[in-house]
Amino acid sequence: MDALTAHHVTKRYTNHVALDQVSLTIPQQTIFGLLGPNGAGKTTLIRIINQIINADSGEITVFGERLQEKHIGTIGYLPEERGLYKKLKVGEQLVYLAQLKGLSRKDASEKSKAWMRKFEITDWWNKKVEDLSKGMAQKVQFISTVMHEPRLIILDEPFSGFDPVNAQLITKEILELKEKGCTVIFSTHRMETVEDLCDHIALINKSKKILEGSKKQVKDTYRSNTFLVEHKGIFSLTSDNYELVEQKNVEDNYFRSVVKAKDISSPNQLIRDLTSVTEVHSFIEKIPTMSEIFITLVKGGSDE
Amino acid sequence: MNKVFLIIQREFLNRVQKKSFLIATILLPLIFPAIMAVLVYVSIQQKKNATKQVIQYVDNSGFFVPDSSKFLFRKFDGSVDDAKKAFQHSESYYGLLYIPKFELSHPNGLTLYTKVNPSPSDIGNIEGMMANRVKELKMQKFSIDQKVLDSLKTDISIANVNVSDAGQEKASNSKVLLGVGVAAGILMYMFIFIYGAQIMQGIIEEKTSKVVEVIVSSVRPFQLMMGKIIGLASVGLLQFLIWIVLITTLSSVVLAYFGLQMPQQQMMNEMAQNNPGMQAGPDITSFMEMVWQIPFGYVIFNFLFYFLGGYLLYGALFAAVGSAVDSPAEAQQFMFPITIPLLISYFGLFTFILDDPHSSISVWLSIIPFTSPIAMMGRIAFGVPAWQLALSMVSLIGGFMFTTWVAGRIYRVGILMHGTKINYKVMAKWFMQKG
Repeated sequence: MDALTAHHVTKRYTNHVALDQVSLTIPQQTIFGLLGPNGAGKTTLIRIINQIINADSGEITVFGERLQEKHIGTIGYLPEERGLYKKLKVGEQLVYLAQLKGLSRKDASEKSKAWMRKFEITDWWNKKVEDLSKGMAQKVQFISTVMHEPRLIILDEPFSGFDPVNAQLITKEILELKEKGCTVIFSTHRMETVEDLCDHIALINKSKKILEGSKKQVKDTYRSNTFLVEHKGIFSLTSDNYELVEQKNVEDNYFRSVVKAKDISSPNQLIRDLTSVTEVHSFIEKIPTMSEIFITLVKGGSDE
Repeated sequence: MNKVFLIIQREFLNRVQKKSFLIATILLPLIFPAIMAVLVYVSIQQKKNATKQVIQYVDNSGFFVPDSSKFLFRKFDGSVDDAKKAFQHSESYYGLLYIPKFELSHPNGLTLYTKVNPSPSDIGNIEGMMANRVKELKMQKFSIDQKVLDSLKTDISIANVNVSDAGQEKASNSKVLLGVGVAAGILMYMFIFIYGAQIMQGIIEEKTSKVVEVIVSSVRPFQLMMGKIIGLASVGLLQFLIWIVLITTLSSVVLAYFGLQMPQQQMMNEMAQNNPGMQAGPDITSFMEMVWQIPFGYVIFNFLFYFLGGYLLYGALFAAVGSAVDSPAEAQQFMFPITIPLLISYFGLFTFILDDPHSSISVWLSIIPFTSPIAMMGRIAFGVPAWQLALSMVSLIGGFMFTTWVAGRIYRVGILMHGTKINYKVMAKWFMQKG
């Protein structure tokens, strides 16, 4: 059973289409990267999942059931635009937000205390949010997102505003939550985060989903059979099967070359061919980074 | 529904726990009587200690007889021009009154020279004095005896008795009812404005602090809006009830105290002097009787109903404005359509309703939902036919359901919009937008 599926979800505003027939499948217990440039429709999709707005057409299921009001407690949401009640004390605030998610007052109070102990911030309980620093407020906000134990957690740019120490703390929590069985949807521009954390990704551009799959699948799709070779002694390839894209002298007689295989032969064949013309020191397939894939696709889209 | 209750509770606690609420609730009922007491005290002291102003006069008519109850008069012997010169250089005189020779039938040409602008009451006093003198002279001329004239003058005071359908008679006093109408109407106007503005401010706060997106991921925007409006209404009701209790207790204490300290008649006279518009009743006991005959329970019940209704009706509009803008300053431009009907009812209260609470414009103002909360408060003490009251109440309920529906549709879109330029067209578009 998937954590979330979307079928042909469409949302139209008066002047533009925010989401155009978007379908997604988010497997359980994965970290799913929802990628896309600004204004692509990510926030609209997230708001639809959170039932803040309704889709014009299409269907969304959560853990096999059609999305409905009771799923509010199943989902934890950290919006990109963070916000808490400034005049309210941290403790009261957490209890209130958890109660709105459906927890009893007693549960809400216990859970918020437990989380504050975990983050070692118990002495903030009676502090007003306006007296906290930005990073402190972010921690409180993160607690409010996960304290009602949602099975599906949606984080919109979760690391913005965190210093590296806190970012690491949050990363650890996210991985821990995944281990416990939670599914996490990540909406972000930071490709290094995607590279490190995400199992699956989907890319939305101009209201349409243009790419979806596991990180490995996606990377496989965008392999270009390009190889990075470090070698001693210059060579030139005469075969029509290969193209020497680039050759650079590193020092003395050492070179770094980029070789593109034209037909989809195995890398082993290339190694065999190379060893006959040069002394190979290293041989790596150049796998595209998520960032490169993102830029290629989004730019390609805008050329249309 | 449970979640709406949570929001109501939160809003209620947020406001009630603030120090400003406590101060406003407890001090306000004390401040008004305190200010009144200070003013009365000061005016009594001033009357006691006031030294009379001295006015010099030049009388060419030979008719003038100084009356020294308000001013001290000093005669100047000489021509007007000399008097003016002397007056210019003297410090001891308040004014110079010049009375030329005049015919009794045309008493013209009287002039008061002063160095500062005299108050209207000073001028009025002198004019009254002269008029009396001329009247006296005319009476002498026509050989009319003062006693005859006095015997012509008849005082009639109409005792107004309302006869109810059941045949019961009760005395009423339209002046007292007028006072109740004015007080209730103004109170309603203030309540709607103060609490409406608080709704708007609260929503702008939620929007600018961005917390609203977290909240609406847990509750429907409409639930949030209603929770806020109802939460504040309960704060308003609590405040009002505390005031009623405080004012009733205080005024009975104060009345008991003054009842012992000051002869009642004197107090009434004092009040009458301070407010020329208000005439003292036949005597204080019947005045108090009138006051106690006002059905306060009925008035308070209706006040609560119209406060709630009017507050919900306008509160929803305030909420819609709050949701659309990013700052209170930006909200100003959208206040106009909300303020206009409130101002119309406020001025309607004074021009039409208190003038004639049963005229057809008064009746209509008290039935149309946008003006009815204030207008009906002006009428209520005078007695309103049951069908009018029922019609007014039903249309008020319909009215706030309508504004709440409209506001809800603007609100759900508005709260998620940041930095957009807002005008009425944009709001209309939001209103039309699908879920």
